[in-house]
Amino acid sequence: MTVSTELAARLYRLMWEVRAFEVIAADRYRQGDLPGFIHLSLGQEACAVGACAALGQGDLITSTHRGHGHCLAKGADPGLMMAELFAKSAGYGKGRGGSMHIADVSMGVLGANGIVGQSLGLGVGAALSLQIRRQPHCVVAFFGEGASGTGIAHEAMNMAAIWKLPIVFFCEANRYAELSPYAVHVSVERIADRAAAYGFPGVTVDGEDVLAVHAAVTDAAARARACGGPTLIEARTYRWHGHYEGDPQVYKTQAERDTGTDFDPILRFERQGAGGLPADALAGLRAEAEARIRDAAEWAAGLQSPPASAIGEDVYAGE
Amino acid sequence: MARIKYYQALTRALREEMARDERVILMGEDVGASGGIFAQTRGLYQQFGADRVRDTPIAENGFVSAAVGAAMTGLRPVVEIGFEDFLTCCMDPLVNQAAKLRYMLGGQVGVPLLLYTFGGGGVNAGPQHSQSFAAWFAHVPGLKVVTPATPADVLGLVKAGIRDDNPVLCLLSKKLIGSSGEVPDGEDALLPLGTAEVKRPGRDVTIVALGQMVGAALQAATLLAEQRIDAEVVDPRTVSPLDVATILSSVERTGRLCVVHEGHGPCGLGAEIITSVVERGLPLLKAPPCRVTPPFAPSPFAPGLESLYLPTPASIAEAVQGMLAS
Repeated sequence: MTVSTELAARLYRLMWEVRAFEVIAADRYRQGDLPGFIHLSLGQEACAVGACAALGQGDLITSTHRGHGHCLAKGADPGLMMAELFAKSAGYGKGRGGSMHIADVSMGVLGANGIVGQSLGLGVGAALSLQIRRQPHCVVAFFGEGASGTGIAHEAMNMAAIWKLPIVFFCEANRYAELSPYAVHVSVERIADRAAAYGFPGVTVDGEDVLAVHAAVTDAAARARACGGPTLIEARTYRWHGHYEGDPQVYKTQAERDTGTDFDPILRFERQGAGGLPADALAGLRAEAEARIRDAAEWAAGLQSPPASAIGEDVYAGE
Repeated sequence: MARIKYYQALTRALREEMARDERVILMGEDVGASGGIFAQTRGLYQQFGADRVRDTPIAENGFVSAAVGAAMTGLRPVVEIGFEDFLTCCMDPLVNQAAKLRYMLGGQVGVPLLLYTFGGGGVNAGPQHSQSFAAWFAHVPGLKVVTPATPADVLGLVKAGIRDDNPVLCLLSKKLIGSSGEVPDGEDALLPLGTAEVKRPGRDVTIVALGQMVGAALQAATLLAEQRIDAEVVDPRTVSPLDVATILSSVERTGRLCVVHEGHGPCGLGAEIITSVVERGLPLLKAPPCRVTPPFAPSPFAPGLESLYLPTPASIAEAVQGMLAS
């Protein structure tokens, strides 16, 4: 698969930004700096980055509880994201949403979401809005194999097919949903096969291969924008960490816990030739990405917590 | 002024607001070419087209979630849920999404959405087609809830609700669908959300009633007048935010409070309204307040049982007489 050096550099840098964000978040969480709980997407970088790099600013995404990568890859600011994880006033949610509710509407990020399956319904609504307002854009609705078993996944795909909406349903099948493996949640080998039930294309891609993901979403998004209707993309990926940070992962064998990080989209990209980028360029992009995230976390850690008056703000419009 | 039916007031509100603002769309089961199960959307599909008047599959969770997504991205959807009971099928997009997105996302988005539905009993529709859930949704910060009891209130509150930048639930009474009343024309029809109305002035007791219970309370007041008891009837019209001031000032005049609603008593709106009055004006009360509600059982199908189940003018009058005797 050929790729321009510009795109290769962008994909590589973004994958390192996602990786660094999750590693630093995990570290800060372990140290007790982040309240609540967080769900990390380590191992899934190629999905978020490959998919979002295929989108333009006017395209929209809806995301999940494991949404840091999607938000970053679609252009959300890592400092404002970290500020939300640190529960600061300056965060995207003013410290009232947390890790599961990061949005940057100006960048087309309609929000991570704490309810499994709602990313599909909200995504269908955003696509309906684009269609009715005659906007030449599309929506990518991220979800996991766990959400594939919810009623709303069926409702959303059925409506999107009936209305021929400009939407790409992007399933990150990361081998686990919550604390149980794929087979507990999904009745078929390939979730993409379910697209046939709705009469739109279903595609399975290697979720370790950022170029394959990028190509699949590029095609599906072009079809969606051209009024060709929805596509279901299933990316086979792997969740390095537990469902949440601190999850002892008793459902994984010791051997799997030891070798799980062998599934590595960044190494894979390097092995593929990284679009012809030389080693020193790659090292520079990595260092730049890691520094950006490190600075973001340090900046966020020092911000103000929300004042008591923030409890009642933004409950209603116009108040 | 014109005299129209309750359901026609809904159609008129939808037509006027869709003509006024092209961002307003209508979604729901059978709202399109068929014109709705009660003829409440007749003509809108022909006037505004399939894009803006959209029939949905039977998928309340999915299409309410879609309406929320559309409301976040530039449209002002109106959603019909045929029976109030089916709100249980879309609790997630209403309670977890619509009500909280503005707050959780730091004020980045609004959810300008109006959802209307037909609830309440009196038509022998059985346990799954007769319920009243106003209290459930009044419990959720971020939502507004209105319960219009007359054609004028339907017209005014639906129009205002569509223009509101918050998610608004409009809980209509299906028993009132064919009732008639005068409605004002044009912008005069708009009613601000959150304002109660004194439907009948009186000196001896305040009866607060909701939805189709307003009519029962007015009939009870007529019965009570024969006993020389002068009842004031107050319709909150909006239950969230609740106009406590109007209710309190009525109780200041009467010293007695009776609340009538179709939802169940425990943790219901009566409990909320009475507590709101007691917290602010206990010394005003000359007698313990009372509630008139259905018994704590599902709504029965048999006509003979349902007529015993729902509050009636006689049962309301009896409760008030008991209060005055105490």
